[in-house]
Amino acid sequence: MTKNNNASGPVLSVSDLSLEFVTRRGVLKALDRVSFDIARGEVLGVVGESGAGKSLTGSAIIGLIEKPGRLSGGEVRLNGERIDNLSPEAMRKIRGRKIGMIFQDPLTSLNPLFRVGDQIAETVMAHMNVSRAEARARALALLTEVGIPAPESRIDAYPHEFSGGMRQRVVISLALAAEPDLIIADEPTTALDVSVQAQIITLLKRLCRERGTSVMLITHDMGVIAETADRVAVMYAGRVAEIGPVADVIRNPQHPYAAGLMGAIPALKKNVGRLAQISGSMPRLNAIPPGCAFRPRCPKAFDRCAAERPDLMQAGKSRAACWLVDQGVPA
Amino acid sequence: MFAYAIRSLAQGLLVLVAVAFISFSMFRFVGDPVANMVGQEASVQDRQELAERLGLTDPWPVQFARFMGNAVKGEFGVSYRQGRKVSDLIKERLPATVELAVLSAAFATLFGVLFGVYAAINRTGLGSNIIMTGSLVGVSLPTFLIGIGLIFIFSVELRWLPSFGRGETVKLGWWTTGLLTESGRKSLILPVLTLGFFQLTLIMRLVRAEMLEVMRADFIRFARARGIPERAIQLRHALRNTLVPVVTIAGLQLGSVIAFAIVTETVFQWPGLGALFVNAVQFADVPVMAAYLMFVAAVFVVVNLTVDLLYFLLDPRLRSGAKIAKGH
Repeated sequence: MTKNNNASGPVLSVSDLSLEFVTRRGVLKALDRVSFDIARGEVLGVVGESGAGKSLTGSAIIGLIEKPGRLSGGEVRLNGERIDNLSPEAMRKIRGRKIGMIFQDPLTSLNPLFRVGDQIAETVMAHMNVSRAEARARALALLTEVGIPAPESRIDAYPHEFSGGMRQRVVISLALAAEPDLIIADEPTTALDVSVQAQIITLLKRLCRERGTSVMLITHDMGVIAETADRVAVMYAGRVAEIGPVADVIRNPQHPYAAGLMGAIPALKKNVGRLAQISGSMPRLNAIPPGCAFRPRCPKAFDRCAAERPDLMQAGKSRAACWLVDQGVPA
Repeated sequence: MFAYAIRSLAQGLLVLVAVAFISFSMFRFVGDPVANMVGQEASVQDRQELAERLGLTDPWPVQFARFMGNAVKGEFGVSYRQGRKVSDLIKERLPATVELAVLSAAFATLFGVLFGVYAAINRTGLGSNIIMTGSLVGVSLPTFLIGIGLIFIFSVELRWLPSFGRGETVKLGWWTTGLLTESGRKSLILPVLTLGFFQLTLIMRLVRAEMLEVMRADFIRFARARGIPERAIQLRHALRNTLVPVVTIAGLQLGSVIAFAIVTETVFQWPGLGALFVNAVQFADVPVMAAYLMFVAAVFVVVNLTVDLLYFLLDPRLRSGAKIAKGH
């Protein structure tokens, strides 16, 4: 419905999204003014260390934040319409239908007691006004499309009868079942064999390109990002440190953290001896320093970094949250 | 699966033989049946004759073989006290116990699952707090106290329901049922509630705990991410996964409802097997006791087998255990 009247704008627009956990020891800010857009058909990679808030951002967008966590500011717009303040029922209709999701572990993502075909048909029927037979036909088409061999017989198989890679294909078909505009893939290959990882990524990329579906690809595998994503967002301590086209961020990172991350990628051609390493570790959520969160580990920090928090500022084709790239013009 | 069923069956038979041996040894160790049957004035010769007629003078392996052979045919000899065949006594008493136990089991399972699911879904609501508190009463109060309490309220104070017996029964072949008459149905209510209450609270707490566990699983989160309505997630996805472990425990509990209705039957003077057993114990009526023991063992073996087979129905991972190897 809203698909066409906003065709030019981004599919997803996240601005100043903040999320906090209210605990007995105080309020922990897990996401702090996270902002980014995903254009139609674009693949946005999201990278960062464990605990940087990558997965949490995905959960927040799709409205599946677990109890002590709550959104404390900012907004999420899908096709130009706000979705972060919708009722649970309205949000349910968006999940699966407008935004599909893929989780890390295909072994536990599927209900072990239901046939895979039934799980796909169930998803189709939850969002589309179709008969059981039509839903089953669609399930069969989807299984064929994601490359399950002999789909006519496998449609009635149970999840445990598939290998990990095949199960992740089933999970992808489930995420695509209702033709969403955006897929959030949360580390879709982490739990798989290395040999299968490339197949799954290629499949996901092809299916989304054919449909014009946008992808938010959460991973800590820079190789996957380099091959798959159009743009990449680097997250650190619940904030976006740098966001820009993949080639620029990899070859010419502006933020010292992004630079450190890229320096830690092993390369076959270069003989560097030891890989670069960022000293120290990411601060805990209850000990994020004032100013720039990366300052204590930053080799290039100066006075201003401790005093003021940098927002994303234009730096070449990218935008980085670092005072080093400050041109004196508020971004 | 076939091999599995055969193995379970073999195990069950082994259990029955072991119990048969224990039942049989009661004949030698529990009281002196001859002394119970004849009066004070009987002569030593009379006693000797009776012992021989009952086969008590044979060596014990012969006696055990005879006991086993008869047990297979459903014959457990003659009751020392009533002088009637034990198989007839059991046949007479069985319908009362089965009717009571099956209704209690149905009542406990139905409401146990219902309340359990409700308490799991509305974890913090007033309703589930009331249910959880009430279930503590059920788990901790002894059955006879619940029975007496119910009698006091509904029979003595309110005078709505009878306090003892089966009421009028109708004969259907050798089976007697209380379900077809009003007084029969009324008489069933209190014993069924009493016998089922403990099982109900147990099943309910189990269902609640299991369901809370399942609702944290990844596939539930993924089902939410697919936009499946919350009701369908709870009642289709979560409940079915909850039932797999619950069936085991509930099955065993229901076996014990059939087997150990003794207390309830005593409180309500219910003419069932439990009451028969209690009387038999008082008079060292060994054939009846032995038969009852065998009956209880048989019930448990059958229930266990059923639970094992239900597992296969509920969990496809067991069903195709052999097929996994051929997967990719």
